Amino acid sequence: MNRRAVVTGIGVRAPGGSSTADFWDLLTSGRTATRRISFFDPTPYRSQVAAESDFDPEAEGFSPAEIDRMDRATQFAVACTRDAVADSGLDFGRLDPTRTGVSLGSAVAAATSLEQQYLALSGPGHDWLVNHSDVSPNMFDYLIPSVMPAEVAWTVGAEGPVALVSNGCTSGIDSVGQAWQLIQEGRADVMLAGASDTPITPIVVACFDAIKATTPSNADPASASRPFDNSRNGFALGEGAAMFVLEEYEHARRRGAHVYAEVAGYANRCNAYHMTGLKADGREMAEAIGVALDLARREPRVLDYINAHGSGTRQNDRHETAAYKRSLGVHAYRTPVSSIKSMIGHSLGAIGSIEIAACALAIEHGVIPPTANLHHPDPECDLDYVPRVARECRVANVLTVGSGFGGFQSAMVLTSGSARERRSR
Amino acid sequence: MSTHVLVTGIGLLTANGVGVEQFWAALQEGVSGLASLSRFDASGYPARLAGEIKGFRAPDHLPGRLLAQTDVSTQYALVAADWAVQDAKIAPGDYLDYEMGVVTANASGGFEFTHREFRKLWTLGPQAVSVYESFAWFYAVNTGQISIRNCLRGPSSALVAEQAGGLDAIGHARRTIIRGTPMMVTGGVDSALDPWGWVSQLSGGRVSPVTDPASAYLPFDVAASGYVPGEGGAILTLENADAARARDAQRNYGEIAGYGTTFDPQPASGRPNGLGRAAEIAMAEAEVTPTEIDVVFADGAGVPELDRAEAETIVRLFGPGGVPVTASKALYGRLYSGAGPVDVVTALLSIRDGRIPPTPSGAGPVAGYDIDLVTRVRPASVACALVLARGKGGFNSALVVRRS
Repeated sequence: MNRRAVVTGIGVRAPGGSSTADFWDLLTSGRTATRRISFFDPTPYRSQVAAESDFDPEAEGFSPAEIDRMDRATQFAVACTRDAVADSGLDFGRLDPTRTGVSLGSAVAAATSLEQQYLALSGPGHDWLVNHSDVSPNMFDYLIPSVMPAEVAWTVGAEGPVALVSNGCTSGIDSVGQAWQLIQEGRADVMLAGASDTPITPIVVACFDAIKATTPSNADPASASRPFDNSRNGFALGEGAAMFVLEEYEHARRRGAHVYAEVAGYANRCNAYHMTGLKADGREMAEAIGVALDLARREPRVLDYINAHGSGTRQNDRHETAAYKRSLGVHAYRTPVSSIKSMIGHSLGAIGSIEIAACALAIEHGVIPPTANLHHPDPECDLDYVPRVARECRVANVLTVGSGFGGFQSAMVLTSGSARERRSR
Repeated sequence: MSTHVLVTGIGLLTANGVGVEQFWAALQEGVSGLASLSRFDASGYPARLAGEIKGFRAPDHLPGRLLAQTDVSTQYALVAADWAVQDAKIAPGDYLDYEMGVVTANASGGFEFTHREFRKLWTLGPQAVSVYESFAWFYAVNTGQISIRNCLRGPSSALVAEQAGGLDAIGHARRTIIRGTPMMVTGGVDSALDPWGWVSQLSGGRVSPVTDPASAYLPFDVAASGYVPGEGGAILTLENADAARARDAQRNYGEIAGYGTTFDPQPASGRPNGLGRAAEIAMAEAEVTPTEIDVVFADGAGVPELDRAEAETIVRLFGPGGVPVTASKALYGRLYSGAGPVDVVTALLSIRDGRIPPTPSGAGPVAGYDIDLVTRVRPASVACALVLARGKGGFNSALVVRRS
């Protein structure tokens, strides 16, 4: 298990821009991309705010046939894949395709296309016995969305392990974590890893309305997502994708590749408590953090930055604050923590990978993105959450965490590719 | 710790058997569970046969609180997991909570449940959507619910790879054990037999339009016309062999000895599929050669071009007629994520009882395929079996199970 894996290419599509560069510019400026929902009339909904992406499939180079075939989330994943491949400088045509794989995360996968098909076939909503004569030939692939990683595999010519990891809101950490494990174990040398979700659809908005998980701050969309602030009242839904070229360390070193970061440790646990609720003590997230640090051979004291789950629900932000204190002790108080969901919302399965991109870019540029909209912290959230303004500093060791429906708690440690300050076990 | 991974408990539901022994008896007698759809009036649709689970009442097994918040597919998964854990006799205290995880495969999520909620949304408005919809629908629902019901807090995941996903889940659970978590609950269960789920399945173009249950799903047969969808699946408990010994586990169905997964070349490339390579990886990991494989449980899609490709792969690996091949899934339907786990159970029972269950036969196997298709239950000494699964789009997975 001595094989290591490094990020050598990044592609991001996130709200507020149309490229990885736009994404980083938004994060470091502290601007927010939340707005009143424009994809459909949100008036009947409790939460009418989301972070939408102005994604133009034609401008992204998709053919009409591809646009027809691929769900929006698949288009995002493929666009990010193309960017990550170009960014890596790796010539995939010269790789052994059997040593290249795909690990894609998504929570609600083809929700957009499912809803479009439902409306087209059900009259809309009235016919329980839906019409079969007008069904799209692609409907099967919306029902069973394993075509999403298949499209990524076709984009790069991968013939190794290909998987759709669907662990709800930790999918984007777990997909990269599983890719890291496959490289470690020698089952692949190069993985296209990442996640995509485009959940801003009526059914998904209604789902979260029903349990009051999303923010009802409709009057001021730009400041609707307020992680760790005492006035926070739920998350703002988002959409987007991030894909990485994750490469075995020696493979990357031999070709002189630019290394953004090393995936140094990853762990996931379940809370076995409730499908949506969290216990206040943060025990299972703390366990995941501790194991991820151990695997990375890093002590809590060396952490330079924590990229929080920071969804902005009352429960979550206290839960993870408790988890940091439990796992990091006094170092929880001196390590900067921020939530980029304050700016780009919560894109469910995708956000974990988008946050990994933020971590890799934080290491690359030596800048910690802020938590926007944080003016009056919750007294129970008493850590350094980097309010509103980005911070320049050396960033070599980063922790990113996620928490999701089903009880999933995931943690990943990323380190600068050159860092060699490993402690002995 | 050992790197040997044992199957120590099984829970299973299919159209021809609720519970392992009923299922196994039906398979050997060639009893089919395929019949006309009864959940809704399917007379207006171009295919009307399915492998529905009958004679199972979820309220007999699960509390009302769970029934209200779950789709039928999750109810099957929870009950199958309960049966597996009971079969394994894993007691509180045998393992710490972080020493037990869950990996399930899922193809369509809680689809009938979500169909009802879509309908409420578009007829009654967003306020009518259930508070349970957000977590009854998504693909991780079975993993999460099994984790909660059984207090499993270790590494856990949910995977989607159409029909190949179930073997991927078992393969991932096995890897998780080898990486240090001693006990995993794993497998796959699916059901999408509401009208929208049905129409979606038909849209894939591979479902048989034949209306006679005896001749609708005939893998490798001259009369092959597609597959018949089913529902259900299997959940297993896997344990590290040392850990199972340490707790004095009573059951040992066999070892998950090797697993491989590959993806087909781009459709336009003209290069051969990756199924054979997946099998080779699985056999290499199990350190067995093709001559040591006593039976192959085929994917058996029942679609002539897919059957031909699979038969060619089997012949390339084992030679013409070189190994008994069966696709007993044609007796209960194609189960998507449930398919691989049920085939693994069938393989383990074949090892236990020395009998290979049959593939239903119509006009007879296609002679040109050159495979030894088992069409009547066949007594045989089975020590090692290869299970194959292919998922639409190019997914290939293979798993080797062995007497242990």
